[in-house]
Amino acid sequence: MAEIVIRNVRKEFGDFVAVRESSFTIEDGEFFMLLGPSGCGKTTTLRMIAGLELPTSGEIYLDGEEISQRPPSQRDIAFVFQMFALYPHLNVRKNISYPLVSQGMPRAQVREKVAEVARILGIEDILNRPVGGLSGGDRQRVALGRAIVREPKAFMMDEPLGALDAEFREHMAEELRALHDRMGATTVYVTHDQLEAMQMGDKIVVMNNAVVEQFGPPQEIYDKPATMFVADFIGSPPMNFLDFSGKLAPGASRVKLNGQAFDVPALREGAQGDLVFGVRPEHVRLSDDGAYRGKVLATEYLGTTQILTIETPNGVLKARTGAEKPVRVGDTPALSFVGETVSLFERNSGRALRSALNEGVLADG
Amino acid sequence: MSSFSITEPSGRSKWFAGTLVVLYALITMVPLVWIMLTGFKSPADAISYPPKVVFDPTLEGYVNLFTTRTRQTQDFLAENPPVTWADEIVRQYDMVIVGPSKFGERFMNSVIIGFGSTFLSVFLGTLAAYAFSRFKIPLADDLLFFILSTRMMPPIAVAIPIFLMYRQLGLSDTHLGMILLYTAVNISLAVWLLKGFIDEIPREYEEAALIDGYTRFQAFYKVVLPQAATGIASTAIFCLIFAWNEYAFAVLLTSATAQTAPPFIPTIIGIGGLDWPAVAAGATIFLLPVMVFTILLRKHLLRGITFGAVRK
Repeated sequence: MAEIVIRNVRKEFGDFVAVRESSFTIEDGEFFMLLGPSGCGKTTTLRMIAGLELPTSGEIYLDGEEISQRPPSQRDIAFVFQMFALYPHLNVRKNISYPLVSQGMPRAQVREKVAEVARILGIEDILNRPVGGLSGGDRQRVALGRAIVREPKAFMMDEPLGALDAEFREHMAEELRALHDRMGATTVYVTHDQLEAMQMGDKIVVMNNAVVEQFGPPQEIYDKPATMFVADFIGSPPMNFLDFSGKLAPGASRVKLNGQAFDVPALREGAQGDLVFGVRPEHVRLSDDGAYRGKVLATEYLGTTQILTIETPNGVLKARTGAEKPVRVGDTPALSFVGETVSLFERNSGRALRSALNEGVLADG
Repeated sequence: MSSFSITEPSGRSKWFAGTLVVLYALITMVPLVWIMLTGFKSPADAISYPPKVVFDPTLEGYVNLFTTRTRQTQDFLAENPPVTWADEIVRQYDMVIVGPSKFGERFMNSVIIGFGSTFLSVFLGTLAAYAFSRFKIPLADDLLFFILSTRMMPPIAVAIPIFLMYRQLGLSDTHLGMILLYTAVNISLAVWLLKGFIDEIPREYEEAALIDGYTRFQAFYKVVLPQAATGIASTAIFCLIFAWNEYAFAVLLTSATAQTAPPFIPTIIGIGGLDWPAVAAGATIFLLPVMVFTILLRKHLLRGITFGAVRK
């Protein structure tokens, strides 16, 4: 079990910078998500922790030891690949026992360990089967078995559910999380699926364009996005961005959209120019009276809630409201927002303005 | 309702395809069968016109292939009655067997040089292909092109330089020399074929092995090699066929010690007149190792040809 500290790690492939100076800490026993769109550097980061890539600069500490330039075999880290990478010429038992054999563990002990792992994963009945004919789920379990059998200091998982079909994914996600909770091993998990990250992770790092955008627990990332990218990437539908321009003084707690004043969390810094008013769909309120009105362009019925697409003077937004109140296309309801949840951003940099909402969070930056 | 399927061939087209395959097989088999039959003919039957398909089989050709014989006087023959069945066969020409011919030796040379160079080509080829496939090698594409360029002319075009070089180096008429020469010719083929095969093996397997505590070499040896078996087998067949059948360099560079079977077999013609049955017998025996080798690795070869056509 181990704490992993990433400090100023950078990776270049020739002229291409895959990861720019990134720093974050993965605490002992944490289920840690590396989240981002494809090509953002999350897998490269994971591979650097495992030793499959060596960082161009920066340090990686595992339990206080600097390991960034060591070969993977000397790191005691297990890795679960997206395509499982089970050895096709070996059967299930041999696949799972492979890492133990490399350590020179006596045969009787290997058998015992494999049996134990097979029991935990519920794959005792397929131990002697070749891996070729296994279902996706069983392959995934075998891959997990190969990872947990040697009780490594930490697990790296590269989109381990990516190759499974949707229905089975959910089940496997629960199984994975349960397994992690039972073993309490530090786990680093790469995904591009924000729902998966929110659902499973203790903590999330959001990466984009080789840069760490934000780092924190799921709720913090969702409620207090540090950048417009994070606000847009997390949540479905994502956060709404209403453009406005103006001058805001430090301490301001109201902003004007199209002449109408709205409450926002008190600002801790001043700003002027092109700004963005960010509000989550579920924090948009519809009413009959009010001066700030929008026109409903489309409705999407989702059972308990509905998603409304509304055109406002500051741009199109999506609102999530209870499905019990019928709304028709063409309606022009008045709009208001839950003031304490609003994030303000600088249009050009995409950076969130410091305010009463996100105080203390952005310091991580 | 007639069953009509787009993917399943109809009965008629299956029949047509079958006929074509059989026809093609027959055409390619005829020369081979003819050689094998000729090996069992008497010299008279072998050159009879019209050619004989039905004849009295005899092992004369094989006896002549493996022995050296001398003609003897009737007195000598009467004093020394034939001991073995082979003796009896040669007696009809008033001859006695005085010892083994060089064929066995030449055949062994072929085995040593053929398999030796095949092993060396595949061994070096696998290592090189792995390196080209997995590591960032400066100028990798140029190097690969350079390696291939050695095949852009017929190897015999460089026969004279090689002849002079070998004489200087003392490699003429040595097993080592021939093994090195055939390896040099085959290695470009081996590197290119094997690189294709190794490229198809996902890197994740080795990475998994690295993570599981193995060194790079162990990962190569324990994970990549078993999966490249198909490619290695088919590459080995191609290399062996070339080295086994090579004639021109063998004629030029070998004579007394390292001569292989291909240049030896035609010399049989000169020994006792046009002894076609002995030549045919030599050719038949010469065919066997490659045939057996190919049949043993047949499954791999078939997979090798279609390898990579469909992504798994």
